[in-house]
Amino acid sequence: MRKLTSPQLKSSYDVIIVGGGPAGLAAAIGAKEAGAESILIVDREQKAGGILWQCIHPGFGLHHFKEELTGPEYAQRFLKQVEEEGVAVISDAYVLDIDKERQVTLMSSVYGMHSIKAGAVVLAMGARERTRGAIHTPGTRPSGVLTAGLAQKLVNMLGYMPGRRIVILGSGDIGLIMARRMTLEGAEVLGVFEIMPYANGLNRNIVQCLHDFDIPLHLSHTVAQIHGQERINAVTVAPVDDKLNPIADKGWEIPCDTLLLAIGLIPENELSRQLNLRLDPVTNGPIVNSAMETSMDGVFACGNVVHIHDLVDFVTQEALSAGRNAGEYALGQRRPGDNIRLVPGNGVSYCVPHTISTHQTHTVYMRVRKPHERCSITFGEVYEKKLRYAFPAEMITVTLKPEFLETFHGDALVVDVHDRE
Amino acid sequence: MNATLTHYLCIGCPLGCRLEVEDDGNDIVQVRGHQCKRGENFAKEEHKDPRRMVTTTVAIRGGELPRLPVKTAAPIPKNRMQDLADELHKVVVTAPINLGDVILANPLDIGTDVVAARDIAAV
Ligand code: SF4
Repeated sequence: MRKLTSPQLKSSYDVIIVGGGPAGLAAAIGAKEAGAESILIVDREQKAGGILWQCIHPGFGLHHFKEELTGPEYAQRFLKQVEEEGVAVISDAYVLDIDKERQVTLMSSVYGMHSIKAGAVVLAMGARERTRGAIHTPGTRPSGVLTAGLAQKLVNMLGYMPGRRIVILGSGDIGLIMARRMTLEGAEVLGVFEIMPYANGLNRNIVQCLHDFDIPLHLSHTVAQIHGQERINAVTVAPVDDKLNPIADKGWEIPCDTLLLAIGLIPENELSRQLNLRLDPVTNGPIVNSAMETSMDGVFACGNVVHIHDLVDFVTQEALSAGRNAGEYALGQRRPGDNIRLVPGNGVSYCVPHTISTHQTHTVYMRVRKPHERCSITFGEVYEKKLRYAFPAEMITVTLKPEFLETFHGDALVVDVHDRE
Repeated sequence: MNATLTHYLCIGCPLGCRLEVEDDGNDIVQVRGHQCKRGENFAKEEHKDPRRMVTTTVAIRGGELPRLPVKTAAPIPKNRMQDLADELHKVVVTAPINLGDVILANPLDIGTDVVAARDIAAV
């Protein structure tokens, strides 16, 4: 059994952070920068760092560290910095409740049940993978059907191969990365099937994880049926019509022993729901203001728990700022409230934060619903950003400066995407 | 030498231009399909000397985990990836290991070392 980190717990902290993944670690550093002195990270794993430990591929840190790192390297750098800053980290611990006075109840294998007062709280629980239930694939319920992320943990951390003949459903980055990973480990990846007419993952991963290993990508195709009693022994795959329903008579069967699901992530919001936070039905994450504060006073949120990010570097950026705001809040500094709502309009699926103010520069993260080339993003009449392209799989970042809003006196800005000639 | 026409998907940005490289068997004659310089350079590199970082794991004894993530210290020729991964399957190291430790020095003469990508403490 591994030794758990078990610092002496205090009865109160300036900032308590729920989750020790990339968002939680960066939030701690942000809070420290803002002047918070005592910071506690509550992590449910054996060691903080979150999903990064199992993401052994490169591609992390280009924005934040200006250097390309693997997931474990990124995690280790952050953990070291957090430790050097004197942040307390407890592992194998869960936050059960947070009350209106920010009294945080946690449960841990080392401390048992514990109640601690927080000046501010940051929710950084991350996301979990969509499972088969989310897509209702017909067929039997054999073993050998698992999420790509679980397979990644088994292979990369526990040294256990989930199978030898693999089919992958969904072209999200984790699926693409696992296609390469399983191939390098000696398995045969028979194909990646994506229901949409475009891939969900980065082109870099299409090239380096599929093309490099001659793994076929079938767009507008899905797994129509799963076969096998104890263990999966085949899937039926088929092209889909324009309503995304499989065209049965064009389907074919592929013998396989494993089906990996790479069909997306959903924010891990059990705690948010329990706290009755207002949630956004599109992102499935909490509604946040421009300080990344949720509908509960002094409770902030950042990272994949708010909306799914493409790159850990963006999580880091958002979490640093959420952490700073939480730190300021804990020290009693209050900023002017937001006075403008951002409303996703034509072709825009969501915007985060959900509200902004006129007194400072804001970074707005958003996604479009379908691919566009040569388009503009408009914020009401006040601001237009021209883009060469916009893809649903790529988060768009827009910087809104206070001067754009000088002549605006409404209380809601509609954000639209338009095609340009 | 035969003249060839080879296709690449540009990874420079999400537009994903389809690049076409015409080669007379000796050298690149023309790159087509790119919308910017980055795409042209990418096509040339991919055509002449495609390289990749390799990341995998090796077995580790006496550590807090049974697998140690490792990476090549520099990108290696693309066609050597599987050979290297197979070679690394044979390796067993003993904890403790520190990030950056050389696990194999220039294995299979690939021109770079394989190094540890994290610490793993002994238990
Ligand atoms: S050629 Fe230029 S525009 Fe086209 S995908 Fe590559 S980087 Fe993007």
